[in-house]
Amino acid sequence: MELFSAKEVSKTYANHQALTKVSISVEEGTIFGLLGPNGAGKTTLIRIINQITGPDSGSVWLDGRPLKAEDIDQIGYLPEERGLYKKMKVGEQALYLGQLKGLSRRDAMKELKIWFEKFEITAWWDKKVMELSKGMQQKVQFICTVLHKPRLLIFDEPFSGFDPINTDIITREILQMKKDGATIIFSTHNMESVEQLCDHIALIDKSKKILDGPTQQIREKYKSNIYDIAYRGDLDIHGHVLAGKYNILSNEQNGMGNKLSIQYPDGSNSRELIRDLVEHVEIVSFNEVIPSMNEVFIKVVKQNS
Amino acid sequence: MHKIALIIRREYTTRVQKKSFIILTLLMPILMSALFILPAYFATMDDEETRTIAVYDGSSVILGRLENSEFTKFKFIPEEEYKNIKDKIQSSDYYALLAIAPNFLTTNTVQVISGRNIPFDLKSQIQDKIQNVIEKDKMAEVVRQTKVPDLEKRIEATRTHINVDTIKLGEGGEAKKSSTEIGMILGYIFGFMIYMFIFIYGTMVMQGVMEEKQSRIVEVIISSVKPFQLMMGKIVGIAFVGLTQFAIWVILGFTILSASRSFYPGTTHAQQIQNVMAQNQDAVQAAAPQMDKMQEIFSMIDTINFPLIIGCFIFFFIGGYLLYSSMFAAVGSAIDAQEDAQQFMLPITLPIILSIMVLMSAIKSPEGPVAFWFSMIPFTSPVVMMARIPFGVPAWQLVLSMSLLVATFVGMVWVAGKIYRTGILMYGKKPSWKEIGKWLMYKS
Repeated sequence: MELFSAKEVSKTYANHQALTKVSISVEEGTIFGLLGPNGAGKTTLIRIINQITGPDSGSVWLDGRPLKAEDIDQIGYLPEERGLYKKMKVGEQALYLGQLKGLSRRDAMKELKIWFEKFEITAWWDKKVMELSKGMQQKVQFICTVLHKPRLLIFDEPFSGFDPINTDIITREILQMKKDGATIIFSTHNMESVEQLCDHIALIDKSKKILDGPTQQIREKYKSNIYDIAYRGDLDIHGHVLAGKYNILSNEQNGMGNKLSIQYPDGSNSRELIRDLVEHVEIVSFNEVIPSMNEVFIKVVKQNS
Repeated sequence: MHKIALIIRREYTTRVQKKSFIILTLLMPILMSALFILPAYFATMDDEETRTIAVYDGSSVILGRLENSEFTKFKFIPEEEYKNIKDKIQSSDYYALLAIAPNFLTTNTVQVISGRNIPFDLKSQIQDKIQNVIEKDKMAEVVRQTKVPDLEKRIEATRTHINVDTIKLGEGGEAKKSSTEIGMILGYIFGFMIYMFIFIYGTMVMQGVMEEKQSRIVEVIISSVKPFQLMMGKIVGIAFVGLTQFAIWVILGFTILSASRSFYPGTTHAQQIQNVMAQNQDAVQAAAPQMDKMQEIFSMIDTINFPLIIGCFIFFFIGGYLLYSSMFAAVGSAIDAQEDAQQFMLPITLPIILSIMVLMSAIKSPEGPVAFWFSMIPFTSPVVMMARIPFGVPAWQLVLSMSLLVATFVGMVWVAGKIYRTGILMYGKKPSWKEIGKWLMYKS
């Protein structure tokens, strides 16, 4: 079921177009990757979802009805540029932010206890934020974002400032929240985490959406007939009949096993490639190379410029 | 509404709990009274340098007739010595040389020659002493010519000192002694306090907005509340801080007042009124001298309409504060760094500073055109009107001034809200006035 959608949303600032008729649809209980180069318009879209700013035209929907002011309490937002009151105590501040999201003081306190124990940071409660390291502050900020158990979570670069251990903890928490039914919009430049987390992505460039679909399908779509093959036997590729028909990307022969990376031309197919290969070598493994999100990103954005 | 209350509470409690707030609130009255009292105290302090002044009297009128006072000694010198030192008084032992020319009685002029600047006190002392001598001579001459017995005494008896008791009639016709001096002092204190409050708390709003912008927490907060709620929550929360401080001062003030009053027994409120009434009826003239100066001041304080003044103070503080703090909030939102504040602060601070300048003339002539107009213009009215209120202001003027202030701050808060909404999310270069103007046009 669709939880959130934006329909043909446009936004113009004084001298530049931030969004041009962008539509996205986010299914409930999934992680939606919102990608795009710097300045593409992601932050503007996220701000529109948070009702920080309004669209010039188009509409945003939650639960199949137009987004209302009160819906703000159902959304949790971790902005890319984030911060806390430096001179305020950690616990007091988390309570304040939780209450601003509509929690009662008692509920906020109860939830905070659980989170602080889970993250093993109960000792920080009475410390001032300025006494904490950047990573510690990020942890507190993460808790403040998810404290009110929002149905829709928006994370803008949630891993920046975290070491690998903490990144792992946060990743686990995000996946757990998804399991518990939360819907997550996830914006990042880290394509590895997109592959790891996102069910669906949309790519925005120069104010327009240029790519949209389930992560797996998009990667499949952008694969380019490349195969990695491990083989036994001797294969001198120079002047070889294979080199005439296929694009040989690399051929490594050493004691550890021989590896060939090969691309067949359009109009051919993998069966033909296998047939040609078995005539010359003994195939140990045969894998199609699916492009990483990183490659897809670069390719699509370059094409668009 | 619930959320704005949360913001107000945070803004209020974080500030009121600060040690610096508590200390400043208790110290401020002491500092302020020092600010008023010390210059006056220094001014009355006696000049304690012993000076010897050489006097050469070419006319022989004054010779030997100048009395030494505690710190000023006169030494009459002969002509030779005068000629010796008149051009090099600096190197002599004398502080100054008083030269009286032979034709002094026709010119009425003497000269004081010194290497230093003659203090004003000394100059008037010399003037008084010589005048006394001459007046005495002239008087003796008149007595001698007219032969009227006791003429000197009779003329002396014509000298009269008139006390002007200013009586203000209350609503019910009850008469009270009022005091122009106390009105001036109160006008100055309250006007100055409004000025100070607007400045201190307006700047506090600006700092708060900048803190939120710089620490980047603002985006987190405005994903929970509307930017306008955040701005108003901050402004209102800080207003309560100001009112708390004022309330503490009022309580402190009245406590001190009634404490010091208990040192003057027999001056209950009722008695004083009786005294004043009695005086009015010219019945018990003799009772007046018994009332000492302190009691008189207390009775005058009683004529001040404190509920009106305090009520107006709260109104004009809130009005003026809302007007200015919304502008300060807009400035805070538009800039990234404290250094950029100057350019935008100037147009805001100018009218406040102007109002403190007008305050001076307003307490001297509270009904004058300057006081009137500046107490109507909303940017200066909070300070200037407070200066006029202790003297009594016609109701229509008060209402007009208040309405103009309310209309202006509503407009200003609206404009500031628009600038604020865009400004808090703008980072990078300092915006120009033109850009800020454009922000007003943005749709939300």
